Amino acid sequence: MNYSMIRYILGNVLCFEGIFLLLPALTAAFYGEREGFAYLAVAAVTIIAGVCGRLKKPKSNVFYAREGFAAVSLSWLVLSLVGAIPFRLTGEFPDYVDALFETISGFTTTGASILSSVEELSHATAFWRCFTHWIGGMGVLVFIMAVLPLSGGSTMHLMRAESPGPSVGKLVPKIKRTAMILYGIYVAITLAEVVSLLFAGMSLFEALSLSFATAGTGGFGLLNDSIASYSMAVQIIITVFMLICSINFNVYYLFLIRRPKEALLNEEMRYFLIIVFGSAALITLNIMDGFSGVFEAFHTAIFQVGSIISTTGFATADFNLWPEFSKMILVSLMFVGACAGSTGGGFKVSRLIIVLRSIKNEITSVTHPRSVQKVHMDGRRISDTTVKTVLCYLAAYVLLVILSILLISLDGFDMTTNVTAVMATFNNIGPGLNMVGPTGNFGDFSVFSKVILMLDMLIGRLELFPMLVLFAPGMWKLPARRPEKKKAAHGM
Amino acid sequence: MKIIIVGCGNVGATLAEQLSKEGHDITVVDTRVQLVESISNSFDLLGIVGNGASLNVLTEAGIAGAHLLIAVTGSDELNLLCCLFARKAGGCHTIARVSNPVYGQEVSFIKEELGLSMIINPQLAAAREMARLLKFPSAWKVDSFAKSRVELVNFRIEEGNPLCNMKLRNMGSRLRCDVLISVVERDGEVVIPDGNFELKAKDEISIVGTQKKMIEFFKKLGMPTAAARTAMLIGGGKTAIYLAKQLIEMGIKVKIIERDEKRCEELSEMLPRAMIICGDGTEKDLLLEEGLLDTEAFVATTDFDEENIMLALFAKSICKAKLITKVHRISYDEIIDSLDVGSIFYPKYITAEHIIKYVRAMKNSMGSNIETLYRLNDNRVEVMEFLIKEDSPVVGIPLQDLRLKPNMLIGCITHKGQVTIPNGQSVIAVGDTVILITTKAGMHDIRDAVR
Repeated sequence: MNYSMIRYILGNVLCFEGIFLLLPALTAAFYGEREGFAYLAVAAVTIIAGVCGRLKKPKSNVFYAREGFAAVSLSWLVLSLVGAIPFRLTGEFPDYVDALFETISGFTTTGASILSSVEELSHATAFWRCFTHWIGGMGVLVFIMAVLPLSGGSTMHLMRAESPGPSVGKLVPKIKRTAMILYGIYVAITLAEVVSLLFAGMSLFEALSLSFATAGTGGFGLLNDSIASYSMAVQIIITVFMLICSINFNVYYLFLIRRPKEALLNEEMRYFLIIVFGSAALITLNIMDGFSGVFEAFHTAIFQVGSIISTTGFATADFNLWPEFSKMILVSLMFVGACAGSTGGGFKVSRLIIVLRSIKNEITSVTHPRSVQKVHMDGRRISDTTVKTVLCYLAAYVLLVILSILLISLDGFDMTTNVTAVMATFNNIGPGLNMVGPTGNFGDFSVFSKVILMLDMLIGRLELFPMLVLFAPGMWKLPARRPEKKKAAHGM
Repeated sequence: MKIIIVGCGNVGATLAEQLSKEGHDITVVDTRVQLVESISNSFDLLGIVGNGASLNVLTEAGIAGAHLLIAVTGSDELNLLCCLFARKAGGCHTIARVSNPVYGQEVSFIKEELGLSMIINPQLAAAREMARLLKFPSAWKVDSFAKSRVELVNFRIEEGNPLCNMKLRNMGSRLRCDVLISVVERDGEVVIPDGNFELKAKDEISIVGTQKKMIEFFKKLGMPTAAARTAMLIGGGKTAIYLAKQLIEMGIKVKIIERDEKRCEELSEMLPRAMIICGDGTEKDLLLEEGLLDTEAFVATTDFDEENIMLALFAKSICKAKLITKVHRISYDEIIDSLDVGSIFYPKYITAEHIIKYVRAMKNSMGSNIETLYRLNDNRVEVMEFLIKEDSPVVGIPLQDLRLKPNMLIGCITHKGQVTIPNGQSVIAVGDTVILITTKAGMHDIRDAVR
């Protein structure tokens, strides 16, 4: 393990977090809130610690997959541990575990809260809550790669560990440029939403906070009833942007380089949209009785569907009161999740496609035992290793979810609460059903359960293996050294 | 620059590594999934699995915006087809690897007709360098500049050499020889020496001079200068054929030992003036019988790296021949270097070096007036050829009055085709080409060298 390289990366992460923490401090200065000092102090200490960490350049830049995975998981842990400090310092959170839960929920773009009322929060804290979504949405290491020249060709491992999806690829040959393009698209989408919300009559503070929460597919809101009391226009804008942010960003890149045909043929996007509109239609039929018209029912249905499948977690209706069928559709969508390469969480539509096609192949091979079949997607063969990884991912996913449900059931809440609490955190959604429904919160869980759910959020956001590998035997002991090359003496 | 490399074999991987480290946007294309995966995991580049001669694959690799396509797969025909398509589809520069001797005579025709920028033949390039080395048996490495009129020879000063403990300012009066010591490497440190520099034993030095003066210089030092008269080549591959042809032209007697009978017949057909021996080159008795003890040059160029190294070690232990060993595949450079088996040739590096020279020149031509650029001593020294234009600040000033920055040396001036190794009185004129040697990287113009 190349510890000095990991130290250097963590130093960079801290530096940037310190800079990000200045934003809520600025907000506080603008609104004249005393909470700003807490953010300012933490920012200063974090930046100093970060600068110390990156003062010494690592001697060797040897960087294997394990270094990449370890660096990403540790970065996220450090990011959360530090980001929670100001929450506690301002006194708005009763204890550090709750503050940490809220921060992890923010960075992992979950949006699950332990607060019963968010309207009492200071502007600085409300802003920081939403801004953590934005940082976590695309990933902080991808951001660092876009801004800093991280030497060595193997930084691809960092990107692979942090970005969601079964097979992460680059858009252009240089990783720095790839990261810049991704963040460019991300920033553009966020800005577009801010402008739209301003046009819909929102204040700048509200527009910024809600845009950060939507673009990162997070789900922290500013009001206790989430989005329900905003105007129809605002709700439609947020629905559209939630869906935009849960589509693979490669699609937008293809549009940018004027290859719209390929972009529109993206199978994952098409299946995603089919699932979204199909589910919304079914729910509309199911809940129509309580609404004055089809349009209103559809509007409410598609908002909740978009919110759940994009793993954002906003709500305009208390779907806890909906009929069982509609609730079950939403729980299923929790599992499906967004597209790979987006800011959303969940199992990912592309993985689902691969799993379904593998099942189909398996069935065919019963009737035609000698048939040779490969899984295809977007007209391309998916390599057997990828298929194997996806199936293994599914198995690990199911086992971890069951284990988490088992552990939090010690608190003695009902089954629906337990199952949906785990589903909502593991898939980075936010609200579940019953006690953790859109109007409830996670505050009543015991400390032990909160720790389990925090781990679930991190494991879910980083897609299992980067976190799990931290516990692999021997992970920390392997040497990462390369002999120094004295002389490339060729042709002599 | 945006560069597409088709083929991830030995040469392709070496190229991809070096060019991506130099900051170019590299896309590699190969049909072998595992190779593409492993290379895109270790370097900052984009890997695409597919056939490089397919238009679809080329489009996906971004041929439309590419500046250069390098085709270095194992198949000559595929490489040419690839370049042809790339040229038509993207209009970029193209470099193809073509190594079959059958095309040897047709290279310029192919280059012209297919619009290629460069054709590289690894075996021929290796053979050329080997031949050049056999001309200067005292040297470790020979590079040529200014359209091959100037040579840069690298060798190590052994104990007892007259150069030991000599100050450079005294060299001219003592040796009366028109060569210039341009780079000295001592204990891993590279310096551009000035007049007060004192040479010591074990220094590795590079000298610039014309071929004639160089031979004179070596003679005065009492080092062997005559080219080898006899050469023994083990293995009758492509490299051996190209090398044998050149050596025969230079008047060196060539003996090739090849195992395969059929191949021997082909060889004797192609090389009527060489002695072809059919037999196992790794057999000790055969080597001795064929006069290993008396041969002046021994070239191990079989297809097996391990065999080549063993052969060279054996030859070193029993005779004084100049040793040349070809290593193709294995990557333990450090160990091979420490074995002290004479000059080692890595065809993949030689090929990569040629292509990289072209890429650098291409990059440089986009915004500087460097004609060619070479790197020496592990890339720590740059040697650049500049064309002097009218507004250049160095024109008309004797070199002793020209205030150059530290670690800069003008190694050679070519005036109307006439090469001179400059001294303090030399003057640079408009239209001359000048070779500048420096340890400072990233220069774009001769004016960067002047204070």
